[in-house]
Amino acid sequence: MATTVHEPPKHDLERLPSQGSGNGGWRNLVPADGDLPRVKDHAPPPASTGIWVGLAAITMTFAAFTSALVVRQGAAPDWQHITLPSILYFNTLLIIASSVTLEISRRRVAAFMGGIKDRAANPARWLYITLALGVLFVAGQTFAWVQLKSQGFGLATNVSYSFFYVLTVAHALHLLGGLGGLVRVIAKLHNSVLRRSTLDATSRYWHFMGVLWVYLLFLLWMKL
Amino acid sequence: MHDMSAHAVPHGAPTSFIRKHVFSLDHKVIGKQYYALALLAALIGMALSWIMRIHLGWGSFAIPGLHLLSSTGAPGNVLTPEYYLQLMTMHGTIMVFFVLTTAPFAAFGNFFLPIQTGAEDMPFPHFNMMSFWVTFVGFWVLIASFFVADGPTLGGWTQYAPLSAIGSVGGPGQGLGVVLWATSIAIFCVGQLFGSLNFITTTLDMRCKGMSLMRLPLTAWGWFITSVMGLTAFAVLMPACILLILDHVAGTSFFVASNLVINDQVLPHSGGSTLLWQHLFWFFGHPEVYIAIVPGMGIVSHVLITNMRKPMLSHRVLIYSMAALAVLSYMVYGHHMFVSGMNPISSLVFSFPTLVITIPSTIVVLMWLGSLYGSKLRINSASLFALGFVSMFISGGVSGFFLAQPSIDIMLHATYFVVGHFHLVMGVAAMFGIFAGTYFWFPKMTGRMMNETLGKAHFILSFIGAYCIFMPFHYLGIAGNVRRYQAFTDDYLIPLIPVHKFITVAALVTGFAQLIFVYNLIHSRFKGAIASDNPWQGTSLEWSTATPPPHNNFGDKMPVVYHDPYQYSVEGASADFIMQTSPEKINSPNEEK
Repeated sequence: MATTVHEPPKHDLERLPSQGSGNGGWRNLVPADGDLPRVKDHAPPPASTGIWVGLAAITMTFAAFTSALVVRQGAAPDWQHITLPSILYFNTLLIIASSVTLEISRRRVAAFMGGIKDRAANPARWLYITLALGVLFVAGQTFAWVQLKSQGFGLATNVSYSFFYVLTVAHALHLLGGLGGLVRVIAKLHNSVLRRSTLDATSRYWHFMGVLWVYLLFLLWMKL
Repeated sequence: MHDMSAHAVPHGAPTSFIRKHVFSLDHKVIGKQYYALALLAALIGMALSWIMRIHLGWGSFAIPGLHLLSSTGAPGNVLTPEYYLQLMTMHGTIMVFFVLTTAPFAAFGNFFLPIQTGAEDMPFPHFNMMSFWVTFVGFWVLIASFFVADGPTLGGWTQYAPLSAIGSVGGPGQGLGVVLWATSIAIFCVGQLFGSLNFITTTLDMRCKGMSLMRLPLTAWGWFITSVMGLTAFAVLMPACILLILDHVAGTSFFVASNLVINDQVLPHSGGSTLLWQHLFWFFGHPEVYIAIVPGMGIVSHVLITNMRKPMLSHRVLIYSMAALAVLSYMVYGHHMFVSGMNPISSLVFSFPTLVITIPSTIVVLMWLGSLYGSKLRINSASLFALGFVSMFISGGVSGFFLAQPSIDIMLHATYFVVGHFHLVMGVAAMFGIFAGTYFWFPKMTGRMMNETLGKAHFILSFIGAYCIFMPFHYLGIAGNVRRYQAFTDDYLIPLIPVHKFITVAALVTGFAQLIFVYNLIHSRFKGAIASDNPWQGTSLEWSTATPPPHNNFGDKMPVVYHDPYQYSVEGASADFIMQTSPEKINSPNEEK
């Protein structure tokens, strides 16, 4: 009688953590020792769906702000052109860089979860870098607000400035939520209770914040 | 023996009083909390309508104790014109947001959506808890405006700019009152977004084994479609409220035009767009109509099917029609702005989908009527209120055909005709849906039956009363009676005062009939007959678990679904109904292939 020899599971390091492939969700914690076969198949992780739902709501909110800007611009001839603080462009580089570092960290954490620890000795390192870049972004935005305010351009100076403050502050508040999510991911990683769906959802949110900021910068540059 | 598979429990049963009854993570407790909040809000909203109706019928009548609410707004216990408008604004806001949105969607949806999908709870219980408590805070922020210096806002529940954005120079309540109103609604939006997030994810990801989307009951579909609408609509209203608050507290000019003179004062704002508020508000506002009514459609369908002992003519067509209503609801919002000076072509653009939206509405109604035809409907409080819903929806919907056409709407706009239309189709119909759901699900929610005699008396008085109140509104509107007037002194309005008196008497009687319901609710909660697990012989999952359901909804074993939700009177089956969890093989023409 022939004996069937099962090959050991292969880990594809280039493959991103699964997205909606039904290997977990909130019911199943990814084991700290990377024993993925212990994870049962269930429905797609609700965190995966949930983050898209949340992003849809945020998209609608900023779509409403955008349409308000367009309608208000055409409503009266009091619209002023403003020069955007140059630090915004530097901040843009920061948030793009943070998306890159987060993606690196996501792959390393995936490798760590897959039990291949030699290629990812410290999976949290890139998360810390991402966190630092995010904090720098918020600091840079704050600098821009303070700079404008010191030049005498406040929220009510002109409607152009009103929209500048509203859009950038609304984005920053959402980004603070993303920073909170990163802190949560780091804490869970340290405690070996990080779910892959949590990591995926947090990174999707963070990337969306980056895309949203690029869109807002383009909008502000074009309309203000 | 049903095929069950073991699942983990999302969160353990609470042990402390606070976790169990106050900051609960259990969707069932949260659903009850929403219901209690909606009931309180409904009683306040009804009391406000009584005060307004008495004032409209007998303007000089002193309502004992009214000055306690506001000594300046009701000197000598008689309303001032401004305070009438303030109470009217609060009535509309409370009823639309904290009753019609909260009860059929958030209350029943929270309690029953996870159970009907076969889940142990919502996927994000902490968000769910926050959803209720955020809404709770929003409610009390709104109520707080009764107790600030010049009272709540008087701008109406639509808060049209520029009146809503100019501050206290616009009248009592237009300063801090508006800020509190906008803050309350913005907070409410956050709560509903948390709720929608959970509802959508529960429906998509938390269904138990065998529960395909088409096997979901119509109630679950109603809540799912509503949550999608809520997600997109409230996400737009929230920024609108933020901009409105900034116009007040930061001196911005989003909604107030240049050189606006109010009460001999030139306002400092410049260049704001008054129509911008209307665009943002009605992009939310019209879907809100369907946010209020679609859950009721699901509830009524569910109740009727159970009591007809047969499914609807087409499960799928009902679902597609509700979805079509949701999609179209975003394309029609401009019909609220026909008199805003919009281009006539724009009016046509908004008029067309408004007429088109009557098609899915009509299909839904025909589904109900066609299914009812020839059925032996069990007459009970729940089925009576479901029939009442159908009646109100038709009566209120018919007037929508007229209002959808700009040429007629221009004549009827801002008259009592519009008030009658939306009260019937959105207000009373949704309330009847809430009552139908309450009488139907009360046994499952509390473990006790409601009193049927009181329930039927409640229905008869409410049904007749609602028609006595709101049908004359149409006549008043055609006669030119403008809404929001607190007195009728013009020559052409004086002959209409007897009609108003009749409506006031009807409103008082109908209002007292609601106290029968409140008594029944409270008395049955403690003294009602003990309910069985499945008192109505229903088929969906809420009837396959214990009454009331355990903490994780289904005990140790999760359900597995074998059938569509409404397998009644199946030929050759062992019983009159086959539960979704029954593995019995059937050959039903109604079963999805």
